[in-house]
Amino acid sequence: MAEDQSTDLSRFKATYFEECAELLTTAEETIARLQDGSASDDDLNAVFRCVHSIKGGAGAFSFDGLVHFAHVLETSLDLLRSGRAAMTPQVADLLVRGNDVLGDYVRAAQEGVELPPGHGREIMDQLAAIITGAPVAAAVSAPAPAAAPAAAPPADPAERKWCILFQPAPGMLRTGNDPLLLLRELAGLGVMTVEADRTRLPGLAEMDAMESYLSWTVTVVTDKPRAAIEEVFEFVSGDTATVSIEAISPGAPDEAAAAEATEGEGWGLFTPLAAAAPAVAEPPRPAAAAPKADTPKADASAHGPVHTASIRVDLDKIDRLVNMVGELVITQAMLGQQTTHFSVESHPELIQGLQELSHHTRELQESVMAIRAQPVKALFSRAPRLVRDLSAKLGKQVRLVMSGENTEVDKTVIEQLSDPMTHLIRNSLDHGLETPEERTAAGKPAEGTVHLAAEHRSGRIIIEVGDDGRGIDRRRVLEKAVEKGLVERGSQLTDEQIDALIFAPGFSTATEVSDVSGRGVGMDVVRKNIQDVGGRVVVQSTPGQGSRFILSLPLTLAVMDGMLVAVGGQRYVLPLTNIVESLRPTQQQARSLVNIGNVLVLRGEYIRLIPLHQLFGIADAVTDPTRALVVVVETEGGDRIGLQVDELLGQQQVVIKSLDANYRPVQGISAATILGDGRVALILDVGALRAMGERMPGAGGAEPMPAEAAE
Amino acid sequence: MQNAPDAVASDAAAGEARQFISFTIGDEEYGVDIMAIREIKGWTATTELPNTPPYVRGVINLRGAIVPIFDLRTRFGGGVTTASARHVIMVVSVRARVVGILVDAVADIITITAGNIQPVPELERKTDSTFLSGLVTVEGRMVALLDLDSLFDAELTADLHSFAA
Repeated sequence: MAEDQSTDLSRFKATYFEECAELLTTAEETIARLQDGSASDDDLNAVFRCVHSIKGGAGAFSFDGLVHFAHVLETSLDLLRSGRAAMTPQVADLLVRGNDVLGDYVRAAQEGVELPPGHGREIMDQLAAIITGAPVAAAVSAPAPAAAPAAAPPADPAERKWCILFQPAPGMLRTGNDPLLLLRELAGLGVMTVEADRTRLPGLAEMDAMESYLSWTVTVVTDKPRAAIEEVFEFVSGDTATVSIEAISPGAPDEAAAAEATEGEGWGLFTPLAAAAPAVAEPPRPAAAAPKADTPKADASAHGPVHTASIRVDLDKIDRLVNMVGELVITQAMLGQQTTHFSVESHPELIQGLQELSHHTRELQESVMAIRAQPVKALFSRAPRLVRDLSAKLGKQVRLVMSGENTEVDKTVIEQLSDPMTHLIRNSLDHGLETPEERTAAGKPAEGTVHLAAEHRSGRIIIEVGDDGRGIDRRRVLEKAVEKGLVERGSQLTDEQIDALIFAPGFSTATEVSDVSGRGVGMDVVRKNIQDVGGRVVVQSTPGQGSRFILSLPLTLAVMDGMLVAVGGQRYVLPLTNIVESLRPTQQQARSLVNIGNVLVLRGEYIRLIPLHQLFGIADAVTDPTRALVVVVETEGGDRIGLQVDELLGQQQVVIKSLDANYRPVQGISAATILGDGRVALILDVGALRAMGERMPGAGGAEPMPAEAAE
Repeated sequence: MQNAPDAVASDAAAGEARQFISFTIGDEEYGVDIMAIREIKGWTATTELPNTPPYVRGVINLRGAIVPIFDLRTRFGGGVTTASARHVIMVVSVRARVVGILVDAVADIITITAGNIQPVPELERKTDSTFLSGLVTVEGRMVALLDLDSLFDAELTADLHSFAA
């Protein structure tokens, strides 16, 4: 029994820590917005809610240190959001660090270790200073209604009467909220009287038990602050209920005085001072002395955690689902293949059924993939922090610009990219960007820019990390490469080839090893990580103007549309997204140029022609281009090449199977798939084929490539 | 293993008895630790992998997984096997991967105690002796025990990521 309980508890704990991780990230993102000033009031509320949720769970599991720290942070956030303390850049910084410390506490609780007793003390003290210094700060920031707030103590011990109008939306019960519980909670705050409004109640026959028809006017007399009442309705969003809270204050003369002033200043005790101007006061409720803007309603509708109907699912379960859908796609392809010779006339129902099956399979597959898709925001969200920390450490001024954060990509891809991205950003800051002095001397703005961008392009996701720094110093790179024996002295390399050297294992140009980057174990690992998920990374650099690292990755690691092509006895799959057109070239179109190889002349454009049989050493293929087919394909870089194949066999959806799970990567091949007949077909990697084609023997006769040449 | 009561008996006696499945390539007999073997199946046509050594026969679909097939005869320098339906693929797991090895036929299940395994003599150069972990004599036949790890070491760990540079 005891064991059962403990495993149960540990399961809850695991869920709690998962949630904490998400909450901490959300809080951090939001605080970052607060820092750059683009935040709204809702953002403060959001941070507050995050911290509050962490604290709540921590209390349940008795993580005392965590609860204590979270409480201090929460209290100061509460003061900030109610405007009793002013938001300044210093405070924002403090919040960032507070969030970090909170993260430390969460991790410590997760790992079951005790943090040293003084951990985060400094932050806590500063936060405490916000709390105690609150009224003063508020008075300074909003001098106009100074008299009223100055007179108001932060927590008024006097009892006050509150009028709460609580009107559940018809569907509130369906979202799991029970008005009765909320009312009971209100009752717990003090002396409560409730009046139910039954006017909307239909006859018994028309009544739907799942709807809520009642609304309530509640009067509570309590010594608790407004926040306590708001907290009761914390998880009731604007979609599920309308809540307004007003003070009917019997015994607070200074508040009444304040209320008699203009509406903008008529805030009373517990509403923002600094943000007074845009207040939209609701029409006064019965006998309300102090009309109030309904802050709880506003923040609830923006961030109701309740109405985001989502569930937490173990990734393994989704993976199983993805695999099964993959098998289904193969089976469906097989059925399709087996029945091609059946005519619609002889088997109308079978053919129709198969068409529907194919339709449903595709829809199913798309839905499953959508489950795994996540915006790259999850990846980018760590960048602001990293840039902030590093720029401080390196003494550089850096502006981070992000675009395309909402581009979606498979979750596994995102996970695999986290380390490479971190490294690329570090690299840009450390090696790419110059110091402010150097920049000014070079006639550039002192503040450098790091640009993160994501977009979908030809069925892949392109992620770019760019900077406007000094660019790659090719002379030094080449020098270093020669020194390290990576290239032979005196070899002639193109600029691109030199740039690519930075990805070579053990290469680093940093003359001094810094603690930011420059241990020389970076870029090759970056490249390897990216290649592990079927991606590629290239660098483009302009001396004096900056560098751009371009990552190209598959959107999903599971299914894609392909064109089946035959070369000799072999069948290959070409990703449909790469294909531009296919044609059988005439004698005039297919030319062989000395030192360049075969080219295809297409509407005045010269395209490199790569005979696949030659690249892969396939003996029984069609060698004459005019008797073969040329598929013009486009790489992510926008380059076009013509792949010479024997024939096109047809288009089909293929399930991507890893080749290196049991073997190792093969050049020119991105993965494998299983065809309808159960045989394996290899999926071509167009970008790699282009690279291989460039290194083919120039004259490009019909002789097959030696097996080792590609390696 | 259930079919060998004598194996269980000798297990208890020698303490370190291990079972091997032996197979033949031409006249030679080799043994693989039975624990490494996932399944044994008949030859099926493979899909060739471009620009790989001749002993890599390609890949097959093993219930949804892509499994590479290695021709052990070629690996040992005996030429390429002309595979027919009578040839056998032994599916083994090595270094957390699943690979198939093409052999002529499965011969026997043999139980060996560690003491019976003799080291590979230095002069045994017909095959690269680092692939062998030892020799045993079973009913007058010599069986060479394969060290799968070192056999596939180069094959599975080689890094082909060098082309982008």
